[in-house]
Amino acid sequence: MATELEDHKLAEEIAGLDALEAHLETHPGRGRQIWSTVWPKVAAVTLALGIWQVVVWSGWKDDYVLPGPDKVLPALADLVGTGDFWKAVGTTMRRAVTGYLLALVIGSAIGVAVSRVRLLRTAVGSLITGLQTMPSIAWFPLAILLFGLTERAIMFVVVLGAAPSIANGLIAGVDHVPPLMVRAGRMIGAKGIRLYRHVVLPAALPTYVAGLKQGWAFAWRSLMAGELLAVVAERPSIGVQLQFARDFSRADDMLAVMIVILVIGIVVDTIFGRADVTIRRRWGLIDTSI
Amino acid sequence: MTITAPRVDTTSVQHHAISLRGVSKAFGHGGNAVVALEGINLDVTWGEFVCLVGASGCGKSTSLNLIAGLDRPTIGEVTVHGRTALMFQEAALFPWLTVRDNVALPMRLAGKGKAERHRRADELLEQVHLGGQGGRRPHELSGGMRQRAALARALAQDVEILLMDEPFGALDAMTRDLLHDELEQVWANTGLTIVFVTHNVREAARLSDRIVLLTSLPGKVAEVFPVTIARPRRIDSTEVMGLAAAVTDRLRAEVRRHSDDMAMTPHSDEPHGN
Repeated sequence: MATELEDHKLAEEIAGLDALEAHLETHPGRGRQIWSTVWPKVAAVTLALGIWQVVVWSGWKDDYVLPGPDKVLPALADLVGTGDFWKAVGTTMRRAVTGYLLALVIGSAIGVAVSRVRLLRTAVGSLITGLQTMPSIAWFPLAILLFGLTERAIMFVVVLGAAPSIANGLIAGVDHVPPLMVRAGRMIGAKGIRLYRHVVLPAALPTYVAGLKQGWAFAWRSLMAGELLAVVAERPSIGVQLQFARDFSRADDMLAVMIVILVIGIVVDTIFGRADVTIRRRWGLIDTSI
Repeated sequence: MTITAPRVDTTSVQHHAISLRGVSKAFGHGGNAVVALEGINLDVTWGEFVCLVGASGCGKSTSLNLIAGLDRPTIGEVTVHGRTALMFQEAALFPWLTVRDNVALPMRLAGKGKAERHRRADELLEQVHLGGQGGRRPHELSGGMRQRAALARALAQDVEILLMDEPFGALDAMTRDLLHDELEQVWANTGLTIVFVTHNVREAARLSDRIVLLTSLPGKVAEVFPVTIARPRRIDSTEVMGLAAAVTDRLRAEVRRHSDDMAMTPHSDEPHGN
């Protein structure tokens, strides 16, 4: 009986200390959380529109060259109301997603290979970083020569733009896996490919996601450059709309399309950003009060 | 709590759990070689709780690595009759897994089914007083809780020998006290053979059946103290403190021998034997 009593006492003491030590999290209300992230953005957009309007009012450029928000926003509303616009967005997003997924597969495969094989690392490690810094628009002459003015030329450049960042994210992630994690993994019986699957890759995830995010930014830039340069016949796209607006000297339409490009970029980037924050928070890498 | 360790009767067992015979380990080559261990002879019987104690540079961690099979001796023979699990000073839990999945991972790697893994993981968490915490993330736990989760993960490996490398070194005294009770209880319930490395002499006297005091640079067995104090023990009991004082005196004498080293670099021949 004394044993049970002692056991019970130990259990109680441990539970008591746990309760004192484990830090408790408080979650602010969902609505408050959304509001606290939304209002600064709204304020920033308002400020940007204000500055733009002031520049226009200053008379620095003629109205038909640089129209103000008062002209561009209605143009944007008109644009969004047309079927052609949505067709164009559809084409562009399909290209973006296809190109990005292709870059994801290729970049990840290269990343895994380079991080696992020392010889490959020595051979092409710095080349990947070099490719990452290369402006994707510089690939277009070659792409057009190889594939003509086709979808494939655009895909080629999008993949070349995004894949190095994705590969580099994975390589850097693997490089920075804490040695203690690897040691612990080995001790509990993870060896070879399973050490990679259960310890190294999960540990590399936050850096990999950062690479994915950067890869998206490069893919989007490359795609816009591609759509301006390689106009595929009978395929309306956002880039084509931008080009047409310029060709017909419709500055208000042009700026409206630019806003669309910016917004799509921001929305997708936000999705990646959220994934990044969710992972880091879950891992305890950032303070939950941020 | 009465500790009735299911000790294996050593006379009926042919082998020791662990046996080190004339083990030396040197790092580096030629003139720069550092001898971490020299001529170590050590037998650990089944179910025994042995503490390795020593000052810095006594090769405590090297010994554990040799027993764990993470490293090979330069000379000598290391025989381990059983599977080993190793715990570190840091819990080294994986932040991308919940506490339960951390504990279940060794079983997953061993090819056990999901239902069995979860059942066993919850059982082990219960055993280390973390029942109901399985769904939390490692960063949500305190240092002591993390070490207990790491203990559960080690137990999940279903081994006979548990190697612990200063596992409670980073914890505060109160938490460490409770973890001593906890570990003693787990040891009593499982009959594990434990080799526990620490620089904390009182901790060694509190926990072990035998304290092996190592010298430093090179690490040799300086003296072995059998611990016959009845369990359950308290770290602040007179017997534990008395033994700890005796070990500490011996340890200090050992450290004093190195006082000349600073003045006499590079390495002089050390005239002192055992």
